[in-house]
Amino acid sequence: MRLVVAENITKIYSVVAAKVSKDYKVGEIAIRALNEVSFEIEPASFVSFVGPSGSGKTTLLNLIGCLDKPTEGKLEVAGTDVLHLDRKQSARFRGENIGFIFQDFNLIPVLTVYENIEYPLLMVQNVPGGERKKRIMTLLEAVGMADQKDKYPDQISGGQKQRVAIARALVTNPKLVLADEPTANLDHKTAFMVLEIMKKMRNEFQTTFVFSTHDQKIVGEAEIVYSLEDGEIVEKQIKGGTANE
Amino acid sequence: MSNLFKIAIRNLKRYKRRTFLTAFLITLGVVFVLLFVSVTGSFKNMMIGQMTDSMLGHLQVHRKGYLASIENLPLNMNLRLQAYKKLEGILNQQPEIEAYSPRIKFGGMFSTFVETTNIRLNGIYPDRELKTVPLLPSRVTNGGGKPLEKGEIWIPELMAKSMKVNIGDTVVIIATNKDGSVNGKQFKVAGVLESITGPGGRDGYIHIEDAMEVLRMEEMEISEVAVRLKDFSRLRSFSSKLEGILSGELSKQGKPMFELHTWEKLSPFYNIARMIDLMAFFIKLMLIAVVLISIMNVMIMAVYERIREIGTIAAIGTLPGKILSLFVVEGFSLGLLGVIAGNILGLIIIAIVNLSNITFSFGRQTGLVLSAKVSPMDMLVISLIVIVISVVASLQPAFKASRMEPIKALRHV
Ligand SMILES: Nc1ncnc2c1ncn2[C@@H]1O[C@H](COP(=O)(O)OP(=O)(O)O)[C@@H](O)[C@H]1O
Ligand SMILES: [Mg+2]
Repeated sequence: MRLVVAENITKIYSVVAAKVSKDYKVGEIAIRALNEVSFEIEPASFVSFVGPSGSGKTTLLNLIGCLDKPTEGKLEVAGTDVLHLDRKQSARFRGENIGFIFQDFNLIPVLTVYENIEYPLLMVQNVPGGERKKRIMTLLEAVGMADQKDKYPDQISGGQKQRVAIARALVTNPKLVLADEPTANLDHKTAFMVLEIMKKMRNEFQTTFVFSTHDQKIVGEAEIVYSLEDGEIVEKQIKGGTANE
Repeated sequence: MSNLFKIAIRNLKRYKRRTFLTAFLITLGVVFVLLFVSVTGSFKNMMIGQMTDSMLGHLQVHRKGYLASIENLPLNMNLRLQAYKKLEGILNQQPEIEAYSPRIKFGGMFSTFVETTNIRLNGIYPDRELKTVPLLPSRVTNGGGKPLEKGEIWIPELMAKSMKVNIGDTVVIIATNKDGSVNGKQFKVAGVLESITGPGGRDGYIHIEDAMEVLRMEEMEISEVAVRLKDFSRLRSFSSKLEGILSGELSKQGKPMFELHTWEKLSPFYNIARMIDLMAFFIKLMLIAVVLISIMNVMIMAVYERIREIGTIAAIGTLPGKILSLFVVEGFSLGLLGVIAGNILGLIIIAIVNLSNITFSFGRQTGLVLSAKVSPMDMLVISLIVIVISVVASLQPAFKASRMEPIKALRHV
């Protein structure tokens, strides 16, 4: 675990990236999707990576989410050096520490809203029945989907699906929730609503939220914004003065 | 585990038509195999029953070496009285035995005073023979159902026809005994026997004491002992037990005295029975192929269609083993569905076959009613085959699903 002591406060970072690079091999040539990216993300922060398509947002979130490995650099997530985890360890690590929200919602179509949220508790973790129900109901209330809990994904709207996905991502009490373009398939009004819910969740559960977007209009919702261009961080903005440079 | 089944069954319901067609194919396969196995099995058992219950008995004991020269019916290969007494002592102690019947077999001349021909005869105790081969009277076509008396003879049908002998006629049997002297005796024809295939299938029958008289035996000598068991299905285990006991009985020269043969070694029908078993085996192989191909096909499709779902559940931390079991359980459930439907439908169709009284002929026997009987064991074996193959067929696609890279799978459109 990496501890940084500043002004007598011990901080455990959610993510620490040091000169992280990622190359994709396409035939003979390697495409550099990320080039020596460094940053730290504090717990319970609400962070966004913004940049045009192809700037490396998905690549970066995949690395943080332990779905892929950097080519170079150092990467710690939730206090764990994730560079050396093997396939199974990575899967376990994700199941225990990270919640995922996808652009296309990716709910399991054969499961109801309730069962979708329950899925990680049954199939990934092994949470006993009573505790399971309590957590699911709390989250269903929090995302405002309690009255829809017995519907199947194809019976609800996109915004509702993403709210269910947020509940599913949070139900395992992860340290970090990653959302790659979570609003790209939603209209503006719904997009803002989803971000509001994510922020509300952060406030309630003190979970770190990291999301990416190419949409400049919704970036304003983030408290810390990293701008990506061609695989490099070109700017860091802090809103509301909660974080310092 | 119940969650795996819940998800598997929901996924099967998702593609109703495909699931129905695949399960139906398996159902048909199971029905067909059940029907085939039960009909041929019943046919086989009926034929075996005909063989064993009307002529052979379930097994036979001879003096060592007799069967090799049974064509000549050699009198010098008979069991001496002392040896037979010993055998009797052993047989009487076996609780598995229902009855046994000693026979004197010999060849002789059959004369109608007009014509003479060769005949092979069995000297029997009629009551003991009946207990050992209870269907023997059913072969006697015009004897009026009376048991064989001393001084009477049952002759084979073909001989009765060619020699123009009728019931009630007097005939003479002449035989050479083992010392070479010739003797004759008059008999009254009391029955005509339907012939059946196999050794002894064209033999005549007389009383054992008449046989002794014709052969001028001072002491009884026995050519063969036919044995009937209480439970035919225990034949294999009992025969090896009895074989063990008999092989311990040695002659003065230290050689085994007896030889034991089950009906399989005695009847050419055994090969037909084997053929039937072989055909049932190939039919089962075909069922395996049908199940393997159809389940594998469906599961490959299922994995392909759900690549993004697999990516999702893998990304959120579902371990490869869980993903594998999700798909294996799905294939298993599909197979199980086919098996349950197949067994139910199969039983219904078998019941219909039995109710419709289909008749057939075998050899010279006509009007045998086809009764298909399916044993619970057959059903169990066939069901297990289908279920195991369903699992095996799902393994490869399931394994592929479990090895998918989440990011690649998530990118899949
Ligand atoms: N699997 C891959 N193979 C080759 N190149 C890739 C792959 N994934 C992404 N890239 C390339 O890496 C760069 C960054 O892509 P990505 O991280 O998807 O950007 P964004 O999510 O910001 O659109 C792009 O140039 C893209 O073409
Ligand atoms: Mg992207």
